[in-house]
Amino acid sequence: MVVNENYSYYHQCSLIIQHPRFISMKFKNNRVVRSVLVILAPLLISFAPSQAIAEEVNVYSYRQPFLTDPIFDAFTAETGIKVNTVFAKKGLIERLENEGANSPADLVLVTNVGNLAAAVEAGITQPVSNDVLESNIPASFRDVDGHWFGLTSRGRIIVTSKDRIEEGLISDYGDLAKPELKGKICTRSGKHSYMVELIASVIAHEGEEAAKQWLQSVKTNLARKPQGNDRAQVKAISQGECDVAIINTYYMGAMMTDPEQQAWADSVNIVFPNQSGRGTHMNISGVVMTKSSPNRDNAVKLMEFLANDAAQSMYATNNHEYPIKPDVSPSELVSSWGEFKKDDLSLNDIAKYRAQASRLVDIVDYDG
Amino acid sequence: MTAKKPPLSPIPQLPDAAAVTGRVKAQWGSSPAYQSATPSAVSWPGGAFRYSASRIAGTRQLSNTAVHPARGSTPFPEIQYRKHFPGALKRPARRVLTNTTSVDVNRRPRRIAPYGIWASIRGWPLMALIVAFVVCLPILSVLYLAFNPKENIWPHLWDTVLLQYIANTLGLMFGVATGTLLIGVSTAWLVTRYEFPGRAIFNWALLLPFAVPAYVIAYIYTDLLEFAGPVQGALRAAFGWTLANEYWFPSIRSLPGAITMMVLVLYPYVYLLARAAFLEQSASVVEAARALGGTSRSRFFRISLPMARPAIVVGLAMALMETLNDFGTVDYFAVRTLTSGLYDVWLGMNNLGGGAQIATLLLVFVTMLIGLEKVSRRHQEHYQPTASRFRKISRRQLKGKEATLATTICFIPICFGFLIPAWVLLNYSIQNFDHSFNADFRQIAFNSMGLSAIAASTAVAVGILLSYSQRLRPTRLLKTSVNISSLGYAVPGAVLAIGVIIPFAAIDNSVDAFMRKHFDYSTGLLLSGTVFALVFAYTVRFLAVAYGSVDASMKKISPHMDDAARSLGHSSLGILSKIHLPLMKSGVLTAALVVFVDCMKELPATLVLRPFNFDTLATHVYQYASDELIAEAALGSLLIVLVGLVPVILLTVSIDRSQELKAAGISTIGTPENQSG
Repeated sequence: MVVNENYSYYHQCSLIIQHPRFISMKFKNNRVVRSVLVILAPLLISFAPSQAIAEEVNVYSYRQPFLTDPIFDAFTAETGIKVNTVFAKKGLIERLENEGANSPADLVLVTNVGNLAAAVEAGITQPVSNDVLESNIPASFRDVDGHWFGLTSRGRIIVTSKDRIEEGLISDYGDLAKPELKGKICTRSGKHSYMVELIASVIAHEGEEAAKQWLQSVKTNLARKPQGNDRAQVKAISQGECDVAIINTYYMGAMMTDPEQQAWADSVNIVFPNQSGRGTHMNISGVVMTKSSPNRDNAVKLMEFLANDAAQSMYATNNHEYPIKPDVSPSELVSSWGEFKKDDLSLNDIAKYRAQASRLVDIVDYDG
Repeated sequence: MTAKKPPLSPIPQLPDAAAVTGRVKAQWGSSPAYQSATPSAVSWPGGAFRYSASRIAGTRQLSNTAVHPARGSTPFPEIQYRKHFPGALKRPARRVLTNTTSVDVNRRPRRIAPYGIWASIRGWPLMALIVAFVVCLPILSVLYLAFNPKENIWPHLWDTVLLQYIANTLGLMFGVATGTLLIGVSTAWLVTRYEFPGRAIFNWALLLPFAVPAYVIAYIYTDLLEFAGPVQGALRAAFGWTLANEYWFPSIRSLPGAITMMVLVLYPYVYLLARAAFLEQSASVVEAARALGGTSRSRFFRISLPMARPAIVVGLAMALMETLNDFGTVDYFAVRTLTSGLYDVWLGMNNLGGGAQIATLLLVFVTMLIGLEKVSRRHQEHYQPTASRFRKISRRQLKGKEATLATTICFIPICFGFLIPAWVLLNYSIQNFDHSFNADFRQIAFNSMGLSAIAASTAVAVGILLSYSQRLRPTRLLKTSVNISSLGYAVPGAVLAIGVIIPFAAIDNSVDAFMRKHFDYSTGLLLSGTVFALVFAYTVRFLAVAYGSVDASMKKISPHMDDAARSLGHSSLGILSKIHLPLMKSGVLTAALVVFVDCMKELPATLVLRPFNFDTLATHVYQYASDELIAEAALGSLLIVLVGLVPVILLTVSIDRSQELKAAGISTIGTPENQSG
């Protein structure tokens, strides 16, 4: 076929299509080709590069959307920057790692020290130095180099049955090992990050051997095989299955504000452990900025917003967590439980002993 | 049954083939008269387009060819070959018009194969190989990960929990296998061979539990049966107990509990395939057995069951693979299986490589299982009787106690697997409607359905391609890659998702690097984080289902059919579309149905791979379910179930309309009605 150079590219394409040789290929009438096109068309459409909106920030989130969406909406309303999210409980760090320099993600919201440590270890974070963040977030809740920042904290507390456990019997984590509690303790799986971090903090404070002894004793005191989440433990106490449980503070807050679950929460006393000693173990949720962040300015804006009064008090009221910013007060309900001494063990230490703690759970066969 | 559908044409005819049919039928080159009658040259209309590779024979003697009379208008001569050459009727001449004489051809028929030595990697086999390789990639990535662990986990696991993991996993598999086989095969047998009250409804209703995700049913039954639940509450009220230690009640959160939950939602796999297999069995076989004095029991155990065995095993393998990759249920029930150990090593000890090693161990489990089964029925092939001998088995009417028993047996799995969970979900949804109707459910449901539909068609298309290529030209390489890619079903979803991310991100980043280097233009991520990646992941994950179902029905088609069609001059594609696909309609529909419903329920891979701001019903449910907020999750779960029902109902309707064997396992292998017209 003669290709006329005066013709445009598209014209030439159309000439080819009109050529009898091409028509005789009968693509148009070929059922297989047609059906393949039908199947592929939506896929091809998905190839279309997403519209690059200048003002947006992309977040990989380990936190549930129903918790984060109100805060992101407030951020969008204030700044006009759109927040795009992907939520998953596992695999986002690996996704980021593989996407490498081209990853669209700017921030990762994490729910525990394990994720935080994994993200830093994978080398997907970049340090942020920012006055707002550094003045709002106490030094013990952020990385020295600025690789990660805590956003909220939760106390890992002990709850005891109002009817069956006298007040004062349990005041420390160590008391859970007392032989008189045999068959009375409920916890969630020892492999859950909240339990692993608690055990890691015990290792950090008392050494591995003591932690093993403690965990062994707690295991013998268990009323049932570890199962369910923290809420389920309180429910079990209210139903008389067991008398003592270890839970995160925000579960208490959530149950107290839920009309159906209030009765469960009312059946227990709250004990902030180790007040005379090292203080109550705290776990955190936090945020890291990715190394490849394509919208860095917007991401910093979102980080600042998350550490500011408005977002901090939203965390406090919506999810009953302790704000990380010292002068923002927790929700009224949470405040009513009173002030308490927090364990100021560095999160780096917890991250360091995590794997050891996880192995300890296997050695003691805590979940067995 | 009336033959409303036009009878299946035994010889699919090309509209313009008539003029040459006679010549093809005549033994090619067998008679001297025939040779002299063939045209000696092919005329090429003036100045025709030529392939550069063409070597035109010109005026040489072309005794094995004929100019197609109807194609004078095109600039190509149409050539007909011996029956062995695929696609001969439709293809224009290439270098096929060699200078071989008919004598040479007769002596060494295979040497003039039109594609020469490349024949083995052209066309179908090549396409299949490429596809099989691509769908293998995620599995290979997981294996690759397994070679790069952060530390050696095995000494620790061996010292502590590994044996428990393995014992629990084997226990779970054994329990699920027994349960699904019992329920699936017995109900399928009842529904296909007997007539009893409600049979027509049970026929499709037995598939309903399939639409309920396993983790949802686990939440529901825990809610009902745990200490605080209504069942134990009622017992306590009735007998005046107050505390848990005053009476014994089986704990739902245990290995038997997990087995029960899995059996309730997984038995439809076995049911679906067993029923299809029973329906396809011809009355003539059963009558022969009866004539030889076989009792009803021996007819089942010695005739019907062995004949249905390949299909049942496929169903069982699917159920077991799903059991292996399940994390939600075993985690919720605190049953420590290899899968939960995998996630613990990956997330708790931050050792993805170690997790991948456990995943590999899971694959070894599956491979051994499938291998054992295959070895045990080596050399057995089960072809159905061909068209003229097939007769539908009439169902025997059950009466009295027998009928009641049959109805009960069929009702129990539906009741526990569907009615009770759906009822609980409905209650929760109504109670929490204002609270939970907070999202754009129309968009989310549309996402779910669209994605599942695309993934289902892709998986089935790939399944057909692989299965048919194996049939056309079975090669060991292809077979191995198909087997590897079928293992995707046994890999826990989140791990498979990482396996998808790795090659996709690698491709994206290398394209990007190339473009940056040579064109100073960044393409960014083309495939990662798109719907395409999701569809791909679904296809890989559920290929075992699609391929298994398609291949089972493909294998039942007697190879004589292919030979006959080939000898009548049909191309591979023609045979597939005109003979195999109509015959396999049931298998293909079943595969599409199963993959669709599976995709609706798919969670872990969707979570990790999805694009920004993209929700499916499953992910929407998960944000609540992950925190055991069953009430908030109820509405979404109910929608999954309802949308999952759509294909079940559609399938039933389409089968009723086609007025063939009234079940998903229809077979269009000509019924007597069809034959007589």
